[in-house]
Amino acid sequence: MIAYLARRVLYAIPILIGVNLMTFALFFFINSPDDMARMQLGQKRVTPEAVQKWKEERGYDKPTLFNAGARCERPLFGWSAAPKLCQEKLTDTIFFEKSASMFWFDFGHADDGRDIAREIKLRMGPSLAVTIPSFLIGLAAFLTFALILAFFRATYVDFLGVVLCVAAMSISVFFYIIGGQWLISKLWHLVPISGFGYGLDAWRFVVLPVALAVLAGAGGSTRLYRTLFLEEIGKDYVRTARAKGLSEARVLSRHVLHNGLIPILTGVVVAIPTLFIGSLVFESFFGIPGLGSYTIEAIRSQDFLVVRAMVFLGAVLYIVGLILTDISYTLVDPRVRLQ
Amino acid sequence: MMGFVRACLLFSPALLAACSYPWNDPYPASQDQANIFYSSFRERPKHLDPVQSYSDNEYQLIGNIYTPPLQYHYLKRPYDLMPFTADRIPQLTYYDKNDRPLPDKADSKNIAYSVYEIRITPGFKYQPHPAFATNADGRPTYLKLGPEDLRDVYELRDFKHTGTRELTADDYVYQIKRLAHPRLHSPIFGLMSEYIIGLGDYAEKLKAAAKELPPGGYLDLSQYELPGATAVDRYTYRIKVKGKYPQFLYWLAMPFFAPIPAEVDRFYSQPGMAEKNLTLDWYPVGAGPYMLTVNDPNRQMVLERNPNFPGEPYPGEGEPGDEAAGLLKDAGKRMPFIDKWVLSLEKEAIPNWNKFLQGYYDVSSISSDNFDQVIQMSGAGEPQLTPAMERQGIRLQTSIAPTIGYTGFNMLDTVVGGDSERARKLRQAISIAIDEEESISIFLNGRGIAAQGPIPPGIFGYKEGEAGINHYMYDWVNAAPQRKSIDYAKKLLEEAGYPDGIESASGTPLIINFDTSAVGPEAKASMDWLIRQFQKINLQLVVRPTDYNRFQDKMRKGTEQMYSWGWNADYPDPENFLFLFYSPQGKVKFSGENASNYSNSEFDRLFERMREMDNGPERQALVDQMVEILRRDAPWVWGLYPKDYSLVHQWLYNRKPAKLAHNGLKYQRVDPQLRESLQRKWNPPIGWPLLVVAALLALGVLPAIIVYRRRERSGALPPAHQAT
Repeated sequence: MIAYLARRVLYAIPILIGVNLMTFALFFFINSPDDMARMQLGQKRVTPEAVQKWKEERGYDKPTLFNAGARCERPLFGWSAAPKLCQEKLTDTIFFEKSASMFWFDFGHADDGRDIAREIKLRMGPSLAVTIPSFLIGLAAFLTFALILAFFRATYVDFLGVVLCVAAMSISVFFYIIGGQWLISKLWHLVPISGFGYGLDAWRFVVLPVALAVLAGAGGSTRLYRTLFLEEIGKDYVRTARAKGLSEARVLSRHVLHNGLIPILTGVVVAIPTLFIGSLVFESFFGIPGLGSYTIEAIRSQDFLVVRAMVFLGAVLYIVGLILTDISYTLVDPRVRLQ
Repeated sequence: MMGFVRACLLFSPALLAACSYPWNDPYPASQDQANIFYSSFRERPKHLDPVQSYSDNEYQLIGNIYTPPLQYHYLKRPYDLMPFTADRIPQLTYYDKNDRPLPDKADSKNIAYSVYEIRITPGFKYQPHPAFATNADGRPTYLKLGPEDLRDVYELRDFKHTGTRELTADDYVYQIKRLAHPRLHSPIFGLMSEYIIGLGDYAEKLKAAAKELPPGGYLDLSQYELPGATAVDRYTYRIKVKGKYPQFLYWLAMPFFAPIPAEVDRFYSQPGMAEKNLTLDWYPVGAGPYMLTVNDPNRQMVLERNPNFPGEPYPGEGEPGDEAAGLLKDAGKRMPFIDKWVLSLEKEAIPNWNKFLQGYYDVSSISSDNFDQVIQMSGAGEPQLTPAMERQGIRLQTSIAPTIGYTGFNMLDTVVGGDSERARKLRQAISIAIDEEESISIFLNGRGIAAQGPIPPGIFGYKEGEAGINHYMYDWVNAAPQRKSIDYAKKLLEEAGYPDGIESASGTPLIINFDTSAVGPEAKASMDWLIRQFQKINLQLVVRPTDYNRFQDKMRKGTEQMYSWGWNADYPDPENFLFLFYSPQGKVKFSGENASNYSNSEFDRLFERMREMDNGPERQALVDQMVEILRRDAPWVWGLYPKDYSLVHQWLYNRKPAKLAHNGLKYQRVDPQLRESLQRKWNPPIGWPLLVVAALLALGVLPAIIVYRRRERSGALPPAHQAT
């Protein structure tokens, strides 16, 4: 298993280089360093000299990927036979200077001078305050509903549940948010419409986004889990369990749920690390100062250093999620071995 | 106590109705009945350093923190300059090239330079700040910090000791020198180096000095003299300006000319500070009525009263109508009135609006989505609040912004540009066809006035009524301007060589390209409308939407044909609008602000004379001539002057729209008791729906339980149950 994990980690390196390259290419395809400078310097009375100065100070005056004019001092990979190819031609570039440090998690400073790592650390808490309860409550609720529907399969309860699930899936998340804010906060005055508080005060602000996030995800997840459980219910071992005289509740909770978890884990475990990234939509509507809104702001303000840090972090967390999923298979299914 | 009440009632719907505290209050209970002003912000400020900051959203904060020598009168209109930290409006002396003083009315040709002597009122003190902290022996506590000292420091509040000192003339001089700092980006450095004597050379000198320093090392500006800015004594300093530049006084009311103490600059320049984001750009240090105590732009910004601010009397006079509006009730009382200003981040319009209606924000703007809910037009066509808003005691405030939004022609373009009669008539025809009044009505709910020229109302040079209309585009009919007919526009088009929109010479239809950065559904509607305006005179318009970066690129290169843009005034002077047509400001040739690249030697000559004149009939005559030239040449379709609408709750007093005065917080007053009582009245928690939901859930679960039990007791499963 350790060899397998080591191999997966090594596979991750080219993937992350690729992600970095893609982010870099996409960003600079749309924005030039001049655009970034103008965005930071404002709209009025921005001179070309000021733009040039801004770029020089931040190293954006260098070539993007290959510096043909760099003075060679160190041969590339120690290969002295090709003196025209040297390290400086690759390292004295915007890409290398802004992206290489990602691999040792040195995120550097945003264009406005703020420490990106510290910002991420500060914003992770508010993001998790919403995503973790949403995830846990949602998972518990969806599994329960799906088991109930499976129990009442082919009855009016099941039919009604599926209809409700399809209806819930068909509604946009924005409707849930705007409707929820209107009903719960504006009409019934039960919680603040938006904002965030730290410590014990936080619950007042997260209870509504969490409830709405659970509600918004209920339709799709419940239907999926119901289908998976129904598939399991028809198998021989379930019939055997029933024949042994186990109650239906016990059959569902001990056998069907346990075996149905394997496909469910694929979607669930991979999502756990990405909870740190937060939710773009919910954070924006509820004024939660998390990482989702940080990413959106960075894209709006064309702050490449923050964008590339958040994309890199997202990619790393996703890879971690996939590895965790593989590990979780071995825990729930003894037949699975990681080699 | 309130926290406990909230907590105990959290999941107890039965008790909800008994509790009257507003549960949806987004603020902590400790702020109940506090003397706080609440509002929101949408965009985080980029810069708070007064030498770099230049945006409205930044000025609304630092305008209340910093103390430039002058300020605008809060109530008088047109805007009137008055002293802030200066003891009077600065004395101005003109000199000739031989350094001999000239009389006040001297011909500007003879004036080699002007000297502004500014005397500061003693007694202004800086906010408490660690840069001023001293040890028992009087030496600065935090001006020689090493990496070890900063190990546990992440915010300014992590420094235990603070101090203060009196504001001096040296601090003002220091800030003027900072305009040329090689590591700072002052947007007005280019402009000021044309005026402040020696500022350009000073920048070069500092640049060379900075190269000798280690990266980020402290560049002590006090070591380098700037001939254009010198301190005469502890409270007096002089600024030398080339020639005559009357608009310079307006700049003295902006944060660019606020004082910065050298020790603060030194404090923030210490190694490790910038890495921890401890910079003047993040933690401003001023002597104004307020200081920034929380800078968390992810969530909240808080300004609190500066305990060292000596206070200032509320103005005793204003413009007609101010007394009736209750704006003079606090005349003579010491300001500031409000203890704290809490600004919360609101990115979305809906929560922002609902929180205002619930009483959690004291002021609000009106979005297009809410306009019909808020405003209705009276029989006379005047905007007034709907009965629902009036019942809440909300007040509506409207004002014309010193701003112009316009559609421009690129004067370098071979079709629409140039100064030929053909191109002029084409531009005039297009200007008539674009029905700005209709656009304002459709897209802005009437919040604007169709512009007759480049100068908005409230700025010297603007003329009202028949005398102020653009005769190339309007007729004066029934005491109001009436846009000339489409037939007249078609006639102009024909005279320009495009009968029915067909170019006579080639026989091909005339196609005009319009570049815009406006994208999205709302922009699509306005672009479709614009295309229809061109179709009225049989012209084809091709809209080329693009992102703002590419749009700016096109503008810089001059590849656009038509475009739309806007300008917010820096100060209330016609020069600040007319310079947008001055040749040396051409966007393509000089990277200036003349986006249409308009060039007219007669206009330039008049502009150079006008900008050096004091307001008066002679200046008005020159402005009239210049505006007439512009109207004839039509480099812009004279878009609109936007009208700002804002809503104010009944517990907020002394609020008056003042777009150019950025230090309005100190004048305003709140009645926290009234606010809280209304918040309670407007936001009673309604718990019964939760009971209903719980009951419905129980009703739904009960039959399920019964079915389950019945099924468990039955002998065998029915066959249908096994199908999936």
